[in-house]
Amino acid sequence: MRRVTWFNLCAIVLGIAFLYLPIVILVIYSFNASRLVAVWGGWSTQWYAQLAGDTAIVGAALMSLRVAFVSASLATLLGTLAALALVRFGRFRGRLLFASMIYAPLVMPEVITGLSMLLLFVAISVDRGFWTVVIAHTTMAMCFVAVVVQARLADFDMSLEEAAMDLGAPPLRTFLTVTLPLILPAIVAAWMLAFALSLDDLVIASFTTGPGATTLPIRIYSEIRLGVKPEINAVCTIFIAVVGIAVLVASLLTKLTGARGTSARIEP
Amino acid sequence: MKRAKSDRSWRSLVIAAPYLWLLLFFLVPFLIVLKISFAQSAIALPPYTPVFDFSAGWRGIENFFENLSVGSYRLLGSDPLYLLSYVKSLEIAAFSTLMLLAVGYPIAYGIARAPRRLQAVLVVLVVLPFWTSFLIRIYAWMNILQRDGPLNQLLMTLHIVRQPPVWLASDTAIYIGIVYSYLPFMVLPLYAVLEKLDQSLIEAAADLGCPRWKTFWLVTLPLSSPGLLAGVLLCFIPIVGEFVIPDLLGGSRTPMIGQTIWMEFFGNKDWPAASAVAVVLVCLLVTPIVIFQHQAMRKAERD
Repeated sequence: MRRVTWFNLCAIVLGIAFLYLPIVILVIYSFNASRLVAVWGGWSTQWYAQLAGDTAIVGAALMSLRVAFVSASLATLLGTLAALALVRFGRFRGRLLFASMIYAPLVMPEVITGLSMLLLFVAISVDRGFWTVVIAHTTMAMCFVAVVVQARLADFDMSLEEAAMDLGAPPLRTFLTVTLPLILPAIVAAWMLAFALSLDDLVIASFTTGPGATTLPIRIYSEIRLGVKPEINAVCTIFIAVVGIAVLVASLLTKLTGARGTSARIEP
Repeated sequence: MKRAKSDRSWRSLVIAAPYLWLLLFFLVPFLIVLKISFAQSAIALPPYTPVFDFSAGWRGIENFFENLSVGSYRLLGSDPLYLLSYVKSLEIAAFSTLMLLAVGYPIAYGIARAPRRLQAVLVVLVVLPFWTSFLIRIYAWMNILQRDGPLNQLLMTLHIVRQPPVWLASDTAIYIGIVYSYLPFMVLPLYAVLEKLDQSLIEAAADLGCPRWKTFWLVTLPLSSPGLLAGVLLCFIPIVGEFVIPDLLGGSRTPMIGQTIWMEFFGNKDWPAASAVAVVLVCLLVTPIVIFQHQAMRKAERD
């Protein structure tokens, strides 16, 4: 029997309040008619209207979405392959180095990742821009993808694959018709994570970007270094709304597919 | 026979693609950082010497090694700015990790003791802010901590303070920002172990007359140590290298090491110094990971 004590309840309520209150305040202030934070000038959507005309911000947002889409897709492909190699191939030459290169970027400070990427691009004299940011984000995100997909592969029922092979399906076909559909939820989740990581990143993008490839975080950062601005409150609110809806849709989707997955599995 | 062969070529393709990518875009860049940390700063493009000159053949490589210098590392030792910066980063990371434990443990414990149905919802609620941009969450605190922001307005209306205190550009603001941003990374690993904790052990301790705090200290806490260690590492290591939080919320008196690298690189354009700072930081951060790995391996041997 689980008892909910006062202490536990307080910890949860205070914790959730601490996590959400700042975001709620930000959203409320984005509708403040007054430019000053101290003054509540009534509800207004003027900052949103101003935003629509701000081509620099809109352009940066589109750039961010493009970078995130391409790098998330590449990272999902490479990360899934890496997870397969780690889980399925047992010992191979250089496995330790491979595993270290997968785990190290997870905790590597972004400043160092960004710096080292930039120095590489300078060393091979590549012009920095869209593709250098994509490569940097792919490298960082693929490691997160590998970890997520690996977890799913680790508790995968191997007898399903063996059955397909025994019935004469070649490895590629087995993979496409048996393995892939079963690990697909993890791959989708990993893609979303990679997308969010790319969209979120300021430091690595700052190092690896070039002219004409300003992402939204870089743009926001350069605006807010000088202080709080109501237009930026509006940008952030839109961002939060989009992310909130995406996560909601995703969790509903996983609930649907997850329910199907568990019903197919035999309960122990 | 033919099938085994095609099997093997598939295998090598699956390994090769991510392997080569990581070698080229993770390992090689780091080796370049290492190389440049031994170079000398120069007013040129790129702003350091020596550069590998392959066209000069063997002579070029020899020339390169002759010109290697430990100047950047000597600079690190001689200028107290760097040492102070490292100390400050480690200090902030250590204290904020302790704070994260103090804040995160009760939350993780509370969620793990909540009714099953509610647990999944609560975990989603804890993770959800992580999906919104890191930058936005820090910016939200810039709003709140401003001189005439909501926090000071609240404190003034409640007559807790007379003069609005200055929150921004201080270490307090850095701590608030870090605890806020890293909380999910502390709560999740702790929740993962606490949720699996065998409730009957706690009941047994209670039946034998053990007071609650003692049960916590002797049973719950030791059993949750794997999650605790994971949470501490997941927070401590990235916090040491943190850039955005101290840059936006902190003052400019003593920069954290992430800021120092950023300034050396973008401000002073001293690439060798920035690289040397980065190399020393990686060495500092690798040590706890190696210790952790070593202990995990010892534990695996014991089990």
